[in-house]
Amino acid sequence: MAGKRKETARVIAQTSLAAGIYDLRIVTTLARQAHCGQFVALYPKDKSTLLPRPISICEADQKQQILRLVYRVAGQGTAAFSELKAGDVLDVLGVLGNGFPVSEAKPGMTALLVGGGVGVPPIVQLAKELTCEKRIVAGYRDSQCFLREDFERAAGAQNVYLATEDGSVQTRGNVMDAIAANGLRADILYACGPLPMLRAVKQYAIREKIPAYLSLEERMACGVGACLGCVCKTAKVDAHSHVKNARICTDGPVFEAREVDI
Amino acid sequence: MKTSVTIAGVELKNPVMTASGTFGSGMEYSEFVDLSRLGAVVTKGVANVPWEGNPTPRVAEVYGGMLNAIGLQNPGIDVFIKRDLEFLKQFDTRVVVNVCGRTVEDYLEVVERLSDTAVDLLEINVSCPNVRQGAIAFGQKAEALYEITGRVKRVAKQPVIMKLSPNVTDITEMARAAEAAGADAISLINTITGARIDIEKRKFVLANKTGGMSGPAIKPIAVRMVWQCANAVKIPIIGMGGIAAAQDAIEFLMAGATAVAVGAMNFVNPYATVEVAEGIEEFLRRHHVDDIQEIIGCVNR
Repeated sequence: MAGKRKETARVIAQTSLAAGIYDLRIVTTLARQAHCGQFVALYPKDKSTLLPRPISICEADQKQQILRLVYRVAGQGTAAFSELKAGDVLDVLGVLGNGFPVSEAKPGMTALLVGGGVGVPPIVQLAKELTCEKRIVAGYRDSQCFLREDFERAAGAQNVYLATEDGSVQTRGNVMDAIAANGLRADILYACGPLPMLRAVKQYAIREKIPAYLSLEERMACGVGACLGCVCKTAKVDAHSHVKNARICTDGPVFEAREVDI
Repeated sequence: MKTSVTIAGVELKNPVMTASGTFGSGMEYSEFVDLSRLGAVVTKGVANVPWEGNPTPRVAEVYGGMLNAIGLQNPGIDVFIKRDLEFLKQFDTRVVVNVCGRTVEDYLEVVERLSDTAVDLLEINVSCPNVRQGAIAFGQKAEALYEITGRVKRVAKQPVIMKLSPNVTDITEMARAAEAAGADAISLINTITGARIDIEKRKFVLANKTGGMSGPAIKPIAVRMVWQCANAVKIPIIGMGGIAAAQDAIEFLMAGATAVAVGAMNFVNPYATVEVAEGIEEFLRRHHVDDIQEIIGCVNR
């Protein structure tokens, strides 16, 4: 069953978590091989929108073969997904990408898990897979702090720190403000979120001299490393094209912060 | 039932190939399909030295298709020979290498380097719309196309396919120029230049502004051009542009293509190539066609 494949999944539930944010649960054998930081690509039914949409894995229940996908409606494809109801079927390509390297967090270490905006969902599965001490920092626009309860369940409420741009919940500002306000320290960092946030996290990791694993995104076509659409600049020559351009879909989406030029 | 076709003396077990740039060197899709089921694997364009390609975003979806402006990112011929060609040797399929360059000399260097390799056919990319130098610059003027075709033919050890651009006034003029200069076959169409604008941001979606359009939406244009070329030249034609299923491929064959290539639809359906090959066989069986030759160019007879 290993290896990437396209299969038809069945929707078991979908709810809305916040304005434009949906929580989709599907049954698929792909769940058996899914790990934190990986993603799947969902196919819209309308054939005028052909390309599969990359969606990060929020939770994977390997036993029950359930994938939980939390996504923001960003265009036609995701708008169509938001209409899916229990019992509906959809095609899924997966499991894609390398995922977060959880084994880099050794026993005794404290890990900082940082998510921003629609980048927060993969932090849930990451928190479940990480066995070391962990602190979660999640940044939102406003008081619609989706997945907050999931973070509290995975890491304990005392280990979850929130930042909101409008200051409605906990620290006013972004995740870096929350890290500073709470005096958080870590031995290793994992992050997923918008590019400005990842840049700030990278600078922080360099200053603190700790490893940081960042999940990047880019417009994708094939999702399997063939089209070279979703590249990011790398510090060293990449293994595939030998030109300092790594493929986010296959070499990533997770890179050590110093490997990528963001 | 005979499904094999011959291009410049090279026999393909079936007419289904991959379109350059949509299939890497087969490695990524070998997880999904058995490459030995394909008539040929056509590699992504390779130059004499590594090419970085364009800034991102490089891809955008459009109605019934997509735009790409990858810019021919590739590892260069050295790595390609050592890694990609070695990989492809494992499979019982024909290997077609797509060659790109900024100058004629760049093309010739790649063609020469491939002369003693197990490559079956060369496809010369004179039609990529996404690079500033080379590629399409050689494919939009009949004189330039004639010149580069002749020079490639003089050094090539393998048969030469010239890949034509649809971004011209009269594609048959290009097809005739390639044939007159000694090309063994032509392949068409490469992507059609297009653009998409993000109206919220008031800017182009692609960093390169324009990109090449591919996907099912361009198929009728491609079928028309294959038909025109089939009536203009005698050399074999490899038809492509929006092939998603066997029915599409059969249209191209009937228009006069000896072989076909599946391109952007690999991104949509990673099993598309083999499904097209099987679908063609099923069609021939259902219509009691003993030899695929019977349908090739049948609308022109």
